[in-house]
Amino acid sequence: MRRLTVSLLKAASAARRAAPLLILPLLLASCASEGGGVQSSKMATIKARGKLICGVDGSLPGFSFVGPDGTYSGLDVDVCKAMAAALFGDPGKVEYRNLNSSERFAALASGEVDLLSRNTTMTLSRDAAGGNALSFAPPTFYDGQGVMVPNASGIKTLKDLAGKPICVESGTTTELNLADRMREQSIPYTPLKFQTGDQTYAAYLQGRCVAVTSDRSQLAGKRSSFPTPDAHTLLPEVMSKEPLTPASVNADPVWADAVRWTVNTLFQAEELGITKANIAAKVTQARANANQADLRRFLGVEGEFGKQLGLPADFVPKIIGAVGNYGEIFDRNVGPGSRLKLDRGVNKQWKEGGLIYSPPFR
Amino acid sequence: MGVTPSSVPRSGLGAGSPVPWWRNRRVIPWLVQGAVGLTVLVLVAFLLGNLIRNLTAAGLLLSWGWLIQPAGFDIAETILPFQASDPYWRGLLAGLVNTLRVVVAGLLGATLLGTLLGMASFSANALLRGLTRLYVEVVRNIPLLLQLVFWYFVVFLSLPNGTAAIQLPGVVFAKSGLYIAGFGEGLRWMGPHLVNGVWQAPLRWSVEFGALLTGLIAYSSAFIAEVVRGGIAAVPKGQWEAASSLGLSWMQTLRQVVLPQALRVIVPGLNTQYISLAKNSSLAVAVGFTDLYSVAETTLNQTGRAVEVVLVLLGTYLALDLFISLLMNGLNRLVQIRER
Repeated sequence: MRRLTVSLLKAASAARRAAPLLILPLLLASCASEGGGVQSSKMATIKARGKLICGVDGSLPGFSFVGPDGTYSGLDVDVCKAMAAALFGDPGKVEYRNLNSSERFAALASGEVDLLSRNTTMTLSRDAAGGNALSFAPPTFYDGQGVMVPNASGIKTLKDLAGKPICVESGTTTELNLADRMREQSIPYTPLKFQTGDQTYAAYLQGRCVAVTSDRSQLAGKRSSFPTPDAHTLLPEVMSKEPLTPASVNADPVWADAVRWTVNTLFQAEELGITKANIAAKVTQARANANQADLRRFLGVEGEFGKQLGLPADFVPKIIGAVGNYGEIFDRNVGPGSRLKLDRGVNKQWKEGGLIYSPPFR
Repeated sequence: MGVTPSSVPRSGLGAGSPVPWWRNRRVIPWLVQGAVGLTVLVLVAFLLGNLIRNLTAAGLLLSWGWLIQPAGFDIAETILPFQASDPYWRGLLAGLVNTLRVVVAGLLGATLLGTLLGMASFSANALLRGLTRLYVEVVRNIPLLLQLVFWYFVVFLSLPNGTAAIQLPGVVFAKSGLYIAGFGEGLRWMGPHLVNGVWQAPLRWSVEFGALLTGLIAYSSAFIAEVVRGGIAAVPKGQWEAASSLGLSWMQTLRQVVLPQALRVIVPGLNTQYISLAKNSSLAVAVGFTDLYSVAETTLNQTGRAVEVVLVLLGTYLALDLFISLLMNGLNRLVQIRER
């Protein structure tokens, strides 16, 4: 009996000594499968998860804003909903992550969010593989940088801001444009940088800076939530081009294509006059009329656009049925149907002289 | 259970020993340690290889060329002159100087206030003792980030601005900062004055700097007060009694008898608090002060070189804290009691 105990204990202690050696291959194997860089599409992950994780701002009225009941709404949010509708046929299958402007790219690159729909300006360095390596969909809002000042300050132009403190969110293109424009015109100023939009506008409302600069749509959106919106004005100067664009990672072109054509669907539907209200009738019409080939292809009655993108065949009717076309989204969130009451401006359809243009669905 | 084979002689393990190597107590530890060391090495090498392979695949292999590219952003408050056309490394350096400014001022302020509070907790005055305890318990138990936001948005940004600012001879305290008279351009004496609605003076600190410094000093001093209190409490009661029987006053006892003995207990604890203060200074970003972390964050966003920028940050804060530790360890050796 004693001999048996001794030999068992010996075996145990030998095993303990050998344990690191046994664990090593396991660790190696688990690391290897993670680091191998398998070319699997993000879409498979999202479908397996059963919901889309969408990075938004979350505090910007008109674009992405959490209502009192905890639901998200806005133009950026509707892009997330459209994507979820295309994938799952259900606009509710989205998990939103609020990201500040400094977190957003890291969150996307690390895979914490699948899609970044957070009033992000498309730029060369953000697109390039050697830069932020993002893949941009078509812009969903053509914006420009503006400056907001209190009416009482008496400031009328950028020149009046000489020597004064200006609030700006750090890590944005806004920050760089401000530096560029002021340098061009040799206007000295003091940039006060904050990490989040909330801090930036809190400091502005407290009077720490005499002006706040950001995209004009964002300024209008934030102003609508101020205690006295009428006490603040946007200066007429437009300091930059800011095409606000949904983005995904460069590394997964399959997923990027699905995002790109989901956005194009919203544009194309408006061009064809397909709305949330008439989508069911349009599908019936397409089914009944074999000679309306354009409509039939667009709505997925014939052809295999869905299959080519890795989406269901009826992804277009699902998207429009969930969120409507681009015009409806614009009106509801930032246009006449909202508190922002922004003009369509350059965000009109190309046929009306605007920049909203979908390549053909062929 | 007598597992240890008592038959193995402790001595005589040299050549010709009957004990085989796998049971040799001199060999086994070496083998085990060698195996562990090898495992760690292989793992580190593997993870590094993994990092490099994946970064290469993503086209993000470490490169430092961005350091000499023009930064393109401005910094509000710098000692080192900096403008948007200067390279990133200069921006990071200007940020580091701002961090050092807040850390050095914070260390001095927190030490002074913390020592006073620590001494006050031994005061004969019950009111002073009570207030000290209250301060320490309140400040110590509220997150620093909240305190900074409180100091900045509630206290400092409530100050009046422009002509309504608090004006004392040679000193103006406004919403935008503290302005003090001094020798300006051409060594002319200049008081604070308004230019185009904005205060100007030879010496000025922004409210962002003020809020950060106040928050750091208030927070760290509460911890330092406890370290000082612990150090004083560690001095035997007999020392107080001996000093007072010699006719020394309370203050004399504290300064000449108790504190010198308490220092050897205080200094190691102080080291930890100093290091914390240096690290906590990176919360500057919450109150809009452009420190190293703030510049690094903008840099990271503009260049997309996340790994490199974070490495720079890690290295800099590590070096800063190790330097503080080095100084404090030197101080620690000085205050140790040398027995004769």
